[in-house]
Amino acid sequence: MISLENVSKSYKTSTRPALDKVNVEVDKGDFVFIIGPSGSGKSTFMRLLLKEDNPTSGDIHVAGFHVNKLSGRKVPKLRQRIGCVFQDFRLLPKKTVEQNVAFALEVIGKPRSFIEKTVPEVLDLVGLAGKADRLPTELSGGEQQRVAIARAFVNRPLLLLADEPTGNLDPDTSGDIMLLLERINRVGTTVLMATHDNHIVDAMRRRVVELDQGLVVRDESRGVYGVGR
Amino acid sequence: MRASFIFGEVASGLRRNVTMTIAMILTVAISLGLFGGGLLVVQMANKTQSIFLDRVEVQIYLTNDVSDADPECEQDLCRNIRTDLENTPGVVSVQYLDKADALADAKERTFKDQPEYSDLISENALPASMKVRMSDAERYFVIFDLFNQRPGVASILNQKELVDRLVSVFNGLRNAAFALALVQAFAALLLIANMVQIAAFTRRTEVSIMRLVGATRWYTQLPFLLEAVAAALVGTALAIVGLFAARPLVIDNVLGDLYDVNVFAKVTNSDILLIAPVLAVVGVGFAAVTGYITLRLYVRE
Repeated sequence: MISLENVSKSYKTSTRPALDKVNVEVDKGDFVFIIGPSGSGKSTFMRLLLKEDNPTSGDIHVAGFHVNKLSGRKVPKLRQRIGCVFQDFRLLPKKTVEQNVAFALEVIGKPRSFIEKTVPEVLDLVGLAGKADRLPTELSGGEQQRVAIARAFVNRPLLLLADEPTGNLDPDTSGDIMLLLERINRVGTTVLMATHDNHIVDAMRRRVVELDQGLVVRDESRGVYGVGR
Repeated sequence: MRASFIFGEVASGLRRNVTMTIAMILTVAISLGLFGGGLLVVQMANKTQSIFLDRVEVQIYLTNDVSDADPECEQDLCRNIRTDLENTPGVVSVQYLDKADALADAKERTFKDQPEYSDLISENALPASMKVRMSDAERYFVIFDLFNQRPGVASILNQKELVDRLVSVFNGLRNAAFALALVQAFAALLLIANMVQIAAFTRRTEVSIMRLVGATRWYTQLPFLLEAVAAALVGTALAIVGLFAARPLVIDNVLGDLYDVNVFAKVTNSDILLIAPVLAVVGVGFAAVTGYITLRLYVRE
């Protein structure tokens, strides 16, 4: 599903590479935590998978796309196979829950009948069936993140990228979000989650890839966040 | 691509940024109104120039001997000048004025408003002459070269030299109007670019989400482009309506007296109709091209 071979990324303004000869393989259906302190390269890792940035060297394959060789015209095709969730939710404040989710399908040209059928299903999946007509400001943080997950998942992506999805949430709500991500993972979607939250990582006992100063320092199949962090 | 979604986005975008939309419409309307005004001045200058040139005549004064000896222009010398003039290419008509006619003509033209002077002019003051009307006043020199040295011809008066000075004034006016129109067009261009940029900026969240979920460049950019075009279209319509309204209210008021004596060409509704498509193409084209380039630089793939 994801393969990084000797991927390095340097920014002009920095003396140290953000990623340094990273090799990571992720199979279809995996659930992987990317952990590491701020500045370790987690965000760069995510950005490269989405082709928001190009690696300085190395090869990246995602969902059958040779990402670093992909032409600009085909980038939308790649991104349609990837769902994204962020710490700050990134919902459109003037659209309702339903419209926010539908937006992701509308802008890739899905027919109205498909949207009308799919959106309620996904809202039901994330537990927001009764709140379709609310505005994001009328929702709690956890509910807003559910909307964001619904939007990321509504096009049935092969891969879900979650960048600190629980960073703004209390532990209970975070737990609910993790259950939701787990459920999405169980239906076959590969989930890649960058996080600082040691409780979550320790509780889930999933694969952990740890980055430090751009290097992969640990890759365990049933890892914990680590001692003393 | 779903048209209903795109147009829905355009409509909601215009509604949501209603102050911005109005500002853009007004800017486009004012810029294009001035641009159109400039084009009208160009048209008026051209037409006024041709009105003057149409009335320009070459006047060939005959010598006093001929004037006195042959008042009816029946002898060979005078008659030949007349036939040769009539046979010269570019000559539309030749009118012979004897001394009495010349006096009457002068009284009619020059001393119309000063009858007290006209009584003072003696019968013999003016020689007989031929008034030559030409299809193209620029061809004066042909007449001059052919007839200046001819016996019986005293002098040739060319009104065109006067008109030439007038024409250069008009040319200057036309150039100034055109320069102003171009500057206005440039200002409109920059304003549209700015408006599109601001509109795109106010919706950067939407754009970033669209990019993230894999919307194509056209999907992300078309709504902004169409918003700019729609606003420009309304602005163009306002500009054209404004020109139609300004014609009777402003232009006719200022130039009314000059119209009456047929000095200036009238600006007519059909003149405005003629430039309306130009304004529409310029307005909408500018908005589309400027919007496209702005977005191309602004929104990444």
